[in-house]
Amino acid sequence: MAIPFKYTIRSFMNRKLTTIITIAGIGLVVFVFAAVLMMAYGVEKTLVSTGSPDNIKVVRKSSQGEISSIIEGETVNLLKTLPHIATTADGKPIMSGEPCVIINLEIRSGGMSNISVRGVSQEVNLLRPQVKITEGRMFNPSMRELIAGKAVNKKFAGADIGSKVKFAGDYWTVVGIYEDNGSGFESEMWGDANQLLGAFNRGSAVSSVTLKLDDMNNFEKFKRAMAADKRFLQYEAMTEQRFFEMQSEFLAIFIRILGTFITIIFSFGATIGATITMYAAVANRTIEIGTMRSLGFSRRSILTVFMAESMLIAMIGAGGGLLLASLLQFFSISTLNWNSFSDLTFSFALNPSIIISCLIFAVFMGLLGGFLPAARAARLNIVTALRG
Amino acid sequence: MSAIIQVKNVSKSYWRNSLEIPVLNNLSLEVQEGEFLGLMGPSGSGKTTLLNLIAGIDRPSDGELTVAGTDIAKLSESALAKWRSSHIGFVFQFYNLIPVLTAYENVELPLLLTSFSKAERKQRVETALTIVGLGDRMSHYPKQLSGGQEQRVAIARAIVTDPVILVADEPTGDLDKKSAQEILILMDRLNKEFKKTIVMVTHDPHAAEKASRQLHLEKGDLVGV
Ligand SMILES: Nc1ncnc2c1ncn2[C@@H]1O[C@H](COP(=O)(O)OP(=O)(O)OP(=O)(O)O)[C@@H](O)[C@H]1O
Ligand SMILES: [Mg+2]
Repeated sequence: MAIPFKYTIRSFMNRKLTTIITIAGIGLVVFVFAAVLMMAYGVEKTLVSTGSPDNIKVVRKSSQGEISSIIEGETVNLLKTLPHIATTADGKPIMSGEPCVIINLEIRSGGMSNISVRGVSQEVNLLRPQVKITEGRMFNPSMRELIAGKAVNKKFAGADIGSKVKFAGDYWTVVGIYEDNGSGFESEMWGDANQLLGAFNRGSAVSSVTLKLDDMNNFEKFKRAMAADKRFLQYEAMTEQRFFEMQSEFLAIFIRILGTFITIIFSFGATIGATITMYAAVANRTIEIGTMRSLGFSRRSILTVFMAESMLIAMIGAGGGLLLASLLQFFSISTLNWNSFSDLTFSFALNPSIIISCLIFAVFMGLLGGFLPAARAARLNIVTALRG
Repeated sequence: MSAIIQVKNVSKSYWRNSLEIPVLNNLSLEVQEGEFLGLMGPSGSGKTTLLNLIAGIDRPSDGELTVAGTDIAKLSESALAKWRSSHIGFVFQFYNLIPVLTAYENVELPLLLTSFSKAERKQRVETALTIVGLGDRMSHYPKQLSGGQEQRVAIARAIVTDPVILVADEPTGDLDKKSAQEILILMDRLNKEFKKTIVMVTHDPHAAEKASRQLHLEKGDLVGV
């Protein structure tokens, strides 16, 4: 049997101040790491939930976002002739040709930022039934009216019901606020597609076309029909969800890389802190180490005791850091998404793989921080150790 | 019957900055089973060094060392650790109890290296603490005990595995007269009643009187047997 774990726990609680500082250091690193991962995951989660897996989105091939995608009016009409598109009761295809423009709005707390204004067709409620008007009413398609996403309403001045937004040489009145379970649509403003096209002098060229199929199992057939027609050569179809997921990739990867880089730099500090604390622990307990070795405990037992202590510090730090980070779930933040060049509001989101990543990271700091001191403790000569 | 401790032509030097410091010179000594040996001598004469060699926590530079029938100079480090745990009981000048463990847990510590069950360990710990007169202090931490009590817990820890040899390095060196006397009486009892072979280093001539034989070390040589 080895040296009992209660020895580790009690010894560890004996040096309160240095231990607490070390735990806090590791906790802080884990907190930062968790926060960054939660941020990247929040972006992904928000954008993935923006698109529906049951809608098809057609964009220009290899366009980074809707801003760089253009589909001419003739092509939109041509798309209507493809098979397997679902229709409304009166036989119209369920399809929304959507122009997307970026406008500049004033942030309530000061400064300006971009937001996307999406033109949608009358059928949008069939495509995105989950989008609900929570205040005011739907825009009138023959008027210069807009509805604002909840996140836009919250963040930007002039996105309240009754406010007038000036762009494309005209005033647009905000008449309603809508919600979509915190998705990226809440970071947009919607108006009538034809009104927007007219105001921006874009003729009939939209940014993307979203449509519904009669059955998602026919998606392959739909794609094949599209591929068979040379006039669709420059366009591609994917699920709306996949499209928005791709919109999150750049930002999420950027946050992860930058965050991991910062965390690794921080972790050097925390690991060195743990090493110093553990060296002090070994120095304080040299005679105890000599005594235990005299009694017959092996070098390995001594190594284990001090590694366990270092791991305990790391794990408590990780627990604290994660606990604190989990509170971030109640906060939402917004930043510019470079794929759409417009503001995106999202919440920090936690998942099991983030927790595991943080724990692995903490284990690593504990092992690395504890190893040198523990090895020194294990290597001590018994007689020297007993002399103190 | 051969001696339980046989030290034959043992030398020990320490090295400091590639300078050899000879401590014991070609020293020979035999201790019979059941003896209570008092080791005296001036500071720096090598008493602790000799005791450490006999107890198997240090190795001779030269010579033969047979303790309890084992040639301990030849044992590997892990074999030596195992040998110590079953043959030697240690008593230190400053008790060397683990401060974060209770008296009970301190005494139990060496038993964790044996295959005794929890119940067997409990019985042995209680017996050992009762022998040293601290059956009522089992859940006390070292800092809640007096120096004399701490040393008695340390003695309980030394005898709990029932080793054949006890080594004690100035066990009364840090104690007041009365506590020292109690410890000496206890050591005497362990020798007479429990038949432990004891090697005790001491500066105190009064303490040495308890021993059945006294040896003097002088600059690494045994004198005046
Ligand atoms: N680990 C060591 N490294 C170097 N020198 C040592 C070591 N241990 C002991 N010595 C030296 O060996 C000599 C004998 O030391 P030892 O501790 O055996 O003496 P001692 O008789 O026990 O003295 P004291 O009565 O003061 O305890 C001393 O000169 C000491 O400095
Ligand atoms: Mg000494």
